[in-house]
Amino acid sequence: MAYKDMVAMVVDDFSTMRRIVRKILKDLQFKEVFEAENGAEALKLLETTKVDLIVSDWNMPTMTGLELLKRVRADQRLQDLPFMMVTAEAQKTNIIEAIQAKVSNYVVKPFSPEVFAEKLAKIIPQ
Amino acid sequence: MDVKMINPFLAAAMHVLKTMAQIDAKPGRPFLKKDDLAIGDVSAIIGITGAAQGSMALVFTEQCIKDIASNLLGTPFTELNHEVRDAVGELTNMICGDARRRLAEDGIVLQAGIPTIVGGKSHSIAHIANGPHLAVPFETPKGSFMVEVAFSG
Repeated sequence: MAYKDMVAMVVDDFSTMRRIVRKILKDLQFKEVFEAENGAEALKLLETTKVDLIVSDWNMPTMTGLELLKRVRADQRLQDLPFMMVTAEAQKTNIIEAIQAKVSNYVVKPFSPEVFAEKLAKIIPQ
Repeated sequence: MDVKMINPFLAAAMHVLKTMAQIDAKPGRPFLKKDDLAIGDVSAIIGITGAAQGSMALVFTEQCIKDIASNLLGTPFTELNHEVRDAVGELTNMICGDARRRLAEDGIVLQAGIPTIVGGKSHSIAHIANGPHLAVPFETPKGSFMVEVAFSG
């Protein structure tokens, strides 16, 4: 699917990172970008909104990105939904945990827009 | 305090500001800071656990953080509003994460909490470890900021 037809959801407790990722996605021509402040808010939004991509922070209060990923993968409708983790947690054990939970790809902070776009293109080729 | 524990935080500060905000930051002479008074207008502090217990804080002057946030978000900021304060928290998060990654390469595995943002003239920063902490001033073309690191023992 082309980015211009896709709806994304950015999940992060810091509005700064939501805005940075939103800008990158809009520059990549995404049709719409929704925002959620944590995993619980994201799950609520997913009940009523169809999204084609989730970009989530790892370390958030209320519900972490990893927990959100597990909940998304446990939902039959969302099993194959592209899920990119944005994380400061680049230790091998964390990455293995995310891969085991079937993350589509991850990008380690700090990142440039080019690096983010490369990581995204690996899961949604254009 | 072991310099091996400090240098990754300084390298991380330079790397994060360069990558995310295209700003070159130059470290000045480190000094031991004995009080909690912040030398700046807005700060964020993050707790660290694991192989060492402590905290890291970032302290910005108002002009410096407004200009950094403007670069970071691609929008000019003329006041120290909640968006600029949020940027201080996210920068702290990223710098601490990048430093932990560098330390993990040397086998020092640390975990971090979620940053707390504090601000106002003459605000104080409560580091987790007692005693003096190391402060490193940085200069950027946009103004100055400080990285403070404190570990127990």
